[in-house]
Amino acid sequence: MAALPLGRKRDMNAIGWPNFRSLNQEGIVFAIAVVLFVAAAIGLPGFIDPNNLLAIVRSVSVLGILALGMAVVIIGRGIDLSAVAIMAMSVAWYLQLLNSGTPDGLAFAYVLAGVLAIGLLNGFLVAYADVPAIFVTLATGSFVFGYVRSQLITQDAVPVPQGHWVELLGGLRFLDIPIEVFVFAGLAFLFFLFLRYTKWGRYIYFAGDNPVAARNIGIPVRPMLVLRYVLSAFVALIAGLLTAASLHSINTRVVNSTLLYDIVLVAVIGGIGLSGGRGGVRNVLVGAALIGILLNAMTIIDIPLLYQNLIKAAILLGAIIVDGVINPRDEQTAQQGDI
Amino acid sequence: MSFRERLQSWRYNLVPDHLVGEILTKRWTDNAIPFLALVVTLATFGSIIPGFFKLTSLQESTRQLGEFSMVVTGMTVVMLGGGIDLSVGSIFALSCFSAVYVFFILEQSIWLALATSLATGLVFGAINGYLVGYLRLRAFLTTLVTFIFGRALFDILVTTYAADVQLSTATSDVLDFIGDSTFWGLSVSVWLAIILAIVTHIALTRSRPGWHVLAVGGSRRSAHNAGIRVRRTVFMTYVFSGFCASIGGFLIACRLSGAGPGTGLNLEIMALTAAVVGGVSLGGGRGSVIKGLMGAIIVLTMTNGLIRLGYGTGTNQMVLGIMLAVAVTIDIRWLKNRHKVLNEVYVAPVYLKMGATQSAAPGSGTPYELDNRLSKADHIGLGELEGPEDVILDRDDNLYCGTRHGEIVRFFAPDYVRSEVFAHIGGFPLGLAFDKSGNLISCVGAMGLYSVSPTREVKRLSAETSRSWTSIVDDARLRDPNDCDVAPDGRIYFTDSTKRYDAHDWALDSIENRATGRLLVYDPKDGSTKALLDGYRYTNGVCMAHDGKSLFFAESWACRVHRYWLEGPKAGTAECVIRDMPGYPDNINRASDGNYWMAWLGMRTPSFDLSLRHPDMRKRMTRRLPQDEWLFPNINTGGVVKFNQTGGIVEAMGDLTGGAHPMVTSMREHKGYLFVGGILNNRIGRYKISGADPNWTSPASYWGAKS
Repeated sequence: MAALPLGRKRDMNAIGWPNFRSLNQEGIVFAIAVVLFVAAAIGLPGFIDPNNLLAIVRSVSVLGILALGMAVVIIGRGIDLSAVAIMAMSVAWYLQLLNSGTPDGLAFAYVLAGVLAIGLLNGFLVAYADVPAIFVTLATGSFVFGYVRSQLITQDAVPVPQGHWVELLGGLRFLDIPIEVFVFAGLAFLFFLFLRYTKWGRYIYFAGDNPVAARNIGIPVRPMLVLRYVLSAFVALIAGLLTAASLHSINTRVVNSTLLYDIVLVAVIGGIGLSGGRGGVRNVLVGAALIGILLNAMTIIDIPLLYQNLIKAAILLGAIIVDGVINPRDEQTAQQGDI
Repeated sequence: MSFRERLQSWRYNLVPDHLVGEILTKRWTDNAIPFLALVVTLATFGSIIPGFFKLTSLQESTRQLGEFSMVVTGMTVVMLGGGIDLSVGSIFALSCFSAVYVFFILEQSIWLALATSLATGLVFGAINGYLVGYLRLRAFLTTLVTFIFGRALFDILVTTYAADVQLSTATSDVLDFIGDSTFWGLSVSVWLAIILAIVTHIALTRSRPGWHVLAVGGSRRSAHNAGIRVRRTVFMTYVFSGFCASIGGFLIACRLSGAGPGTGLNLEIMALTAAVVGGVSLGGGRGSVIKGLMGAIIVLTMTNGLIRLGYGTGTNQMVLGIMLAVAVTIDIRWLKNRHKVLNEVYVAPVYLKMGATQSAAPGSGTPYELDNRLSKADHIGLGELEGPEDVILDRDDNLYCGTRHGEIVRFFAPDYVRSEVFAHIGGFPLGLAFDKSGNLISCVGAMGLYSVSPTREVKRLSAETSRSWTSIVDDARLRDPNDCDVAPDGRIYFTDSTKRYDAHDWALDSIENRATGRLLVYDPKDGSTKALLDGYRYTNGVCMAHDGKSLFFAESWACRVHRYWLEGPKAGTAECVIRDMPGYPDNINRASDGNYWMAWLGMRTPSFDLSLRHPDMRKRMTRRLPQDEWLFPNINTGGVVKFNQTGGIVEAMGDLTGGAHPMVTSMREHKGYLFVGGILNNRIGRYKISGADPNWTSPASYWGAKS
């Protein structure tokens, strides 16, 4: 904690309402989200309806879960572009195995092993082979999609078998609220505890802020890197299971959609700097709130999906520019070839 | 020689291990892996797919290759500048759409379509360039976002106008020609791709903007400090990439006469994979257009080949993913470890069995028996000098020596207390000699043969000779010119000790013990430098015989002295006159009594002699131990030896205390005194030789009394 600058410490201790006077990105985004919410509530019919609000929360749950995994990786100065591929393809493979008659326990063990292997591969190449994370995960994402699609499954969409627990999971309700909302909330709380109160959680900030210094003071920077990618892979698996639960199938075309950029968008727009070392679970929540409200509002206004993509891309571009201005790259710790 | 030893000598003297290290020093080895991959890919798919090399099949593939390789060329330039451009697929698609829109819907001329297409690419590239170059955003994410943005825009446009394009009746001969015809057997797109590649290659390697791109990619900070406009250079690379992608887009518009949702899909990861597989380094500075093209061919052959072999959806992504991961990892590991590998394999020791020698120990009774006379020498320049390898005196009794700072220092007669920097050359001035007109000739380690006139003008005489046909490392360059002497006709005979190591790595040469030393001659009449003899183990001192008809030269690591004949029946040949000395010989100079002085830079030890018979042990030593702990020749003690015309040893002297002259690399007799230098010493010694001619001087001996 003492290693953090004072300004940041104050930010992170301010639980609850952000401090508007400091006008950081998170505060701005939160204010925009509130303004949008109020405007939509007044201007759009049916927006304020409890069912619609529930739909918003539900729609951002999976996105939020994926963004939690991404956030941990980004805080440690990495990025995981294979998250969506792992999410869709692991579950698709799992369902395919079930459909072709493999016992559930065995099939799940296969998938867990596969997800673990990809997480380890990502982590190993980034940590020990010193390959930039962005290339590693781009390549493994492409590989995972291509391998599973061409070798392990037969069609784009794989349905959930009748009466399987994944299907039942999708139907679970507590107080009329779908299960994925609770999973999101639970995971968010766990990540919050991990990042704030565990030693390794704090280390992630140090390693993301200045990897060389972190290594010099004895932090196991490389094993932790591997851990983060494994964590991100398992988070993706959970998100994939929840998606399959609510849709009763998994469509692998989601890998080629803009979902991946939505995840980065949630993380970056919430104020998690891409240069690492800053941000937390609260940023993910703020980012997810804004994106959820935005997507819902656009859907109510009936903007076509293609235009929604355009708008999201424009917002992401804006977010990255703002991120670049607020967290300028540090020429002293930025490395040659860090693109 | 035991059987084991004979095996060792065969193994290490006949197998050219050293070539591995020499090949690794070459920049073109970077190309070897992608080239091999190219050959393997083409051979594999050519043999699996029937008709792969048929003209019609090639025609269609090459058309696609033309478009693709243009995009890759743009990507290569961006990557050389230290960035990355993932938006090429979007630019490609949007340019294609612009051309289609202008031509088919607005029904304008094809040239206007081309202009619109190019403008689209340039504007898109300029946006990327502004964001990455001037705002200094992260290239990867920024272009990823502009890629999504462009793709979303393209999807909207294509769905909106697809029907209109289908209904259009616009035709053009030019469009058909670009899209379908061939010119001298190659399609227009291939011709354009070749022209673009050549122009880009020349621009990158031979023009200022190209060098700036490479400099920025190589080291952004250094480029900035050197005054290069880094931001503008980065900006321009993205504009160029946009330009290249837009030509590709225009060509596909001509070929397909339309734009569809699949146009330019996955192009960014394909182009990125192509560039990286070809060997263009991430992070910039290393790579070339040719490498990008090799990668383009590999990637396109792979993906097309797999489609034609009937593999299903997703195979391309799988293969691209594997190729990208493997290529990036190899690239990063290779860049990081190349110098380590080189360090490990470059030293390739050979076997040598040194002959038995006589002892030089005091009281041993041999001619080599050292005494303690040199410890009584006076000192000159104590503490002021660092590394006087050679010393020489002029006709006015002034004393000259080189230093490790690249200077030649002059001490003034008669007391040699005052000194001045006579000339600054650089490198490490080693051997010295005066020619007839009083110019000081010096062999400068790591630089070449230099001449300093009495008025202190420094002139380079020679830095290279002709290159031999079988050399891998450049053996034309003089790496370690060591000692020189001037013949009566003015020709300068000098040695270049090794072809494999730079001057400061001379100790590594002793461990390797490979015979690569040369004797060369510089002819002042035509300025040519010619190698006379080759294949000695560290040629060192050179001295013209008193009659000027032959010269003596030392072969340090073999402990031998040879005589090379300039005239007479044996002209042009060398014979060994002293062999198996107990010390490593260095410089040789004339003595007043018609004999020759020879310096010993170190003494043989039984342990090092033994290690010379165990090249495997020395190889392990250089790989596994830090350099401080290597077994080197003993250069902590040496001496001065006088020998006669026929190689008989007359006397030997040393400094047994090691206090004043532990090792000696040079000595020069002048008016009854011996001036002694050492390359690792901090002084020049002056020793009064009993019984020497008090009037004899070296310049007079060479060039006659003062006229």
